[in-house]
Amino acid sequence: MGQVAQLVQGVLRRNRRSIAKAITVIENNEPEAPKIVAQLFQKTGKAHVIGITGPTGSGKSTLIEKLIRELRKSGKTVGVIAVDPTSPFTGGAFLGDRVRMQEHSTDEGVFIRSMANRNATGGLSRATKDVIRILDASGKDVIIVETVGAGQSEVEIVKVSNTVIVVLAPGLGDDIQAIKAGIMEIGDIFVVNKADRQNANKTWSEVQAMLEMNTEEKSWKPSVLKTKALTGEGIAELLARIEEHREYLKKGAFEVHRKGEAETELVEAIKQKIVESIIADLRHTGEWEKLKQKILTKEADPYSVADEVLKKLVHG
Amino acid sequence: MTAERKIRVLIAKPGLDSHDRGAKIVARALRDAGMEIIYTGLRQTPEQIVETALQEDVNVIGLSILSGAHKVLFPKIMELIKEKGMDDVLVFAGGIIPQEDIRDLKRIGIKEVFGPGTPTGTLVEFVQENAKR
Amino acid sequence: MRVADYLNILLFNREYVNIKIGGSNNMFDERKLREVSKERQRWETTKVPSWIERHPEKKNKYSTVSGVQVKRLYTPEDIEHFDYVKDLGFPGEYPFTRGLHATMYRGRLWTMRQFSGFGTAEQTNERFKYLLSEGETGLSIAFDYPTIMGYDSDHSMATGEVGQCGVAVSSLKDMETLFNGIPLNKVSTSMTINGPAAMLLAMYIAIGDKQGVPREKLDGTTQNDNLKEFFAQKLCLFPPKPSLKLSTDIIEYCTRHLPHWNPVSISGYHIREAGSNAVQELAFTLADGIAYVESTLERGLKVDEFAPRLSFFFASHNDFFEEIAKFRAARRLWAKIMKERFNAEDPRSLWMRMHVQTSGCTLTAQQPVNNVMRVAFQSLAAVLGGTQSLHTNSFDEALALPCEEAVRVALRTQQIIAYESGVTDTIDQLGGSYYVEYLTNKMEERAMRYIDRIDAMGGVSSAIERGFFQKEIADSAYLYQKEIESRQRTLVGVNDYTVEKDWVPMELLRVHPEVEEEQVARLRKMKKERDNRKVKEVLDKLHDETDRDRNLMPIIIKALKTYATLGEITEVLRTVFGEYRELIVV
Ligand SMILES: Nc1nc2c(ncn2[C@@H]2O[C@H](COP(=O)(O)OP(=O)(O)OP(=O)(O)O)[C@@H](O)[C@H]2O)c(=O)[nH]1
Ligand SMILES: [Mg+2]
Repeated sequence: MGQVAQLVQGVLRRNRRSIAKAITVIENNEPEAPKIVAQLFQKTGKAHVIGITGPTGSGKSTLIEKLIRELRKSGKTVGVIAVDPTSPFTGGAFLGDRVRMQEHSTDEGVFIRSMANRNATGGLSRATKDVIRILDASGKDVIIVETVGAGQSEVEIVKVSNTVIVVLAPGLGDDIQAIKAGIMEIGDIFVVNKADRQNANKTWSEVQAMLEMNTEEKSWKPSVLKTKALTGEGIAELLARIEEHREYLKKGAFEVHRKGEAETELVEAIKQKIVESIIADLRHTGEWEKLKQKILTKEADPYSVADEVLKKLVHG
Repeated sequence: MTAERKIRVLIAKPGLDSHDRGAKIVARALRDAGMEIIYTGLRQTPEQIVETALQEDVNVIGLSILSGAHKVLFPKIMELIKEKGMDDVLVFAGGIIPQEDIRDLKRIGIKEVFGPGTPTGTLVEFVQENAKR
Repeated sequence: MRVADYLNILLFNREYVNIKIGGSNNMFDERKLREVSKERQRWETTKVPSWIERHPEKKNKYSTVSGVQVKRLYTPEDIEHFDYVKDLGFPGEYPFTRGLHATMYRGRLWTMRQFSGFGTAEQTNERFKYLLSEGETGLSIAFDYPTIMGYDSDHSMATGEVGQCGVAVSSLKDMETLFNGIPLNKVSTSMTINGPAAMLLAMYIAIGDKQGVPREKLDGTTQNDNLKEFFAQKLCLFPPKPSLKLSTDIIEYCTRHLPHWNPVSISGYHIREAGSNAVQELAFTLADGIAYVESTLERGLKVDEFAPRLSFFFASHNDFFEEIAKFRAARRLWAKIMKERFNAEDPRSLWMRMHVQTSGCTLTAQQPVNNVMRVAFQSLAAVLGGTQSLHTNSFDEALALPCEEAVRVALRTQQIIAYESGVTDTIDQLGGSYYVEYLTNKMEERAMRYIDRIDAMGGVSSAIERGFFQKEIADSAYLYQKEIESRQRTLVGVNDYTVEKDWVPMELLRVHPEVEEEQVARLRKMKKERDNRKVKEVLDKLHDETDRDRNLMPIIIKALKTYATLGEITEVLRTVFGEYRELIVV
């Protein structure tokens, strides 16, 4: 059996080492990656994907730990993908989310994987999407994706999840103001965590007010919940709300959602294929180095070079 | 397609002690050398450490301990690693470990034991040279 | 700021001297100062350069471990606003810069307190008796990790750890053995314990009850500083809020019932060992102190009722003068905080009584005997800084638990300082040194800046949640490491003057694994033999009272007397309070 077939078999048999190895293949963007995804594709689409985002330190990981606990109690299996940023300077990353979930690390029904975004804008959602597929194919009922809500990743998380939860907390000060623009539109559910803190109510009303300002007609009205992730208070309500959203999606919105999703994914895939094949061609003919040199020596700017490439491609 | 491989390292603290200054400095140095670091936090059981290494599919495990419990905990960790067929993972250790114990630890598959005061550069080099990618 | 100062900063990276502590009536005569300044400039432009030509200075820039720039020479200019009466005062008087007591070491030496404990309660009991016979004046207990984390010796998490780094105490039985033949009214006992401090103190009280020693007579200290656990020592059992509650329970209980007990030892030591610099150690410790005062005030106690019993614990690190300045600044700053922020009136409320330990993290595994010298200088700094109590580390500690001979050398180091060096003959020996006063001011100023920032964040608890301390400490630790690796800082025997083979003069102490088996067997037997119905009853009651947010000391004492174990009690608290995972900042 080839490596791909072996991994695919392993994932379907829920072998944890195979799952881990398959994820690495995707993460590294190895040549086998598309093959694995292609072979598992049939077996995906069953899991409910929950995206959790919000500012640093708002309690996302702690909340996820409590969600896992509750989900496990009701017999559901859970996959977690925790994404952290790669340092643009060193290329290294410190992946610290799973520290809060270590209690579940030896539970057979839970699989937790930390990922660095490897500075990929746009690429993140593709890799994440495929990692979700691996976990999905391995039979996880619920898959939770954690990302820090800053800039690009907010939009990305919408692309990969069915339900998006935005986790905020009091005492993060100006952060809420700064992030509201990006974050307020994407949440299906809002959580004000650290409700044990004095100014939690204030944050709650602020978020509520911001949502009310959004008058756009929508069939799903996002609500704002309060939680204390440290003690687990409010988690049951949060799960109930997640379930409501899942029901709502099932009633049709899901199809719309899925169609839109399929479309963006197709667009992304085509884009990627085109770009990759063009670059591969240029590399093959040795043209790539020459073009790079042109930019380095300031003979031409990147855009003109790109134009040149495209012209050649179209006119042969 | 361009593959982008990174060395993934699990820095784990078995045992009950909480001296994580060394572990964190190591984590930071390896990160600054471009690696991806997964940190388990304090007080992890051998089972948790090995299961984490498996799920995260790391190339390297760094164990740090200062409580004196290495004689019991390290063999247990190495056993579990073998049991799960993760023989390709590079394991190194750091902490206050007496000389005569170091021999025993190397015998059970811990590649190197670094004492207090080891320069981080030495560690980075060691990992870069020995990690299987 | 004068133009010259700007230039100084720009060109030489020198710090602008800006001491606002003094008033208008300066110690130094304006005219004289100007003369000093002129003379200094002359010296710098004529004398110094020719010397530098012949003997270049070793570094371009000198700085303390905390990053305070160090100049070639200090003169009255550096403390131009110095006001003796306000800034220093007299020993035993506000602001206590020169010392807490009027006669300091002439009247009474510091307490020589060696932290010890390993293996079983019997072994430690023997060590205690030995130390008392060697002239030590106070006991100090190190517990093993399971005890520190609230696990009984037979818990699965305790595997391999029982008796390794301290003594194992799982129940009142073990504590009885530990103090067998040691009358509690004759000793003062310091317990290095935080999360389960209430349980260990309760055991001590229970033993006092059995020996017939009234509670007012119990003398000692529980570390009980749970706040620093969250960012420095990281031995946390419960989340921040209930942890602070437990610390406050002990402060409240002791204020009412154990007037001679120091309920909390607010600790910078672990902050320093975790990697902070001296300024951070000072600032974060005082910030914790402020938090305990505020939390206790909320219980309805008056500041002068409990503040006199608050005590502190600092590290003494390598940078000799910076450490001395830190101790002096700490006393002065705390006195000001208590007076100005909390309106304390009793002079004893303004006292910062401190215990100091030489810094474990400065000890090297390479050429371990060199550590004897490190410890000597660090202890000398503590004494010149006016400490009330001192622990000297043993030179073999970077290799193993200290052996008896090494512990003796450590204690002898203190005795040599006390009886041979002559430094104890007068008070605050370095007071008035331009450099020391300058550094003392700098320490205070920079620490105050941190405290202001922490206040602005909403206090210690929110700063913890934001990872503020963790980040500050991690950065300093990394910087220090880098300085050593790049050899900007010399560590003798580590990055310079190294040898092929280290010389260790004596055999290292090893704890044998049988200790664990014996201890576990003893504990299991005890659990079988006690009245388990009574135990269950009292644990249920504990659950109830924890739920109702009562002061837990009385019920914990009651529970321990039925031989409910440390682990059982902690478990009840865990179910109500929840568990805690540390916030990791690298
Ligand atoms: N007081 C309080 N603290 C909480 C609560 N939930 C989480 N925390 C604390 O907040 C801090 C951050 O929690 P995390 O779960 O790591 O937050 P996060 O959002 O995952 O953080 P990043 O992954 O770094 O963005 C930790 O110290 C938690 O203990 C809560 O409900 N109340
Ligand atoms: Mg997180």
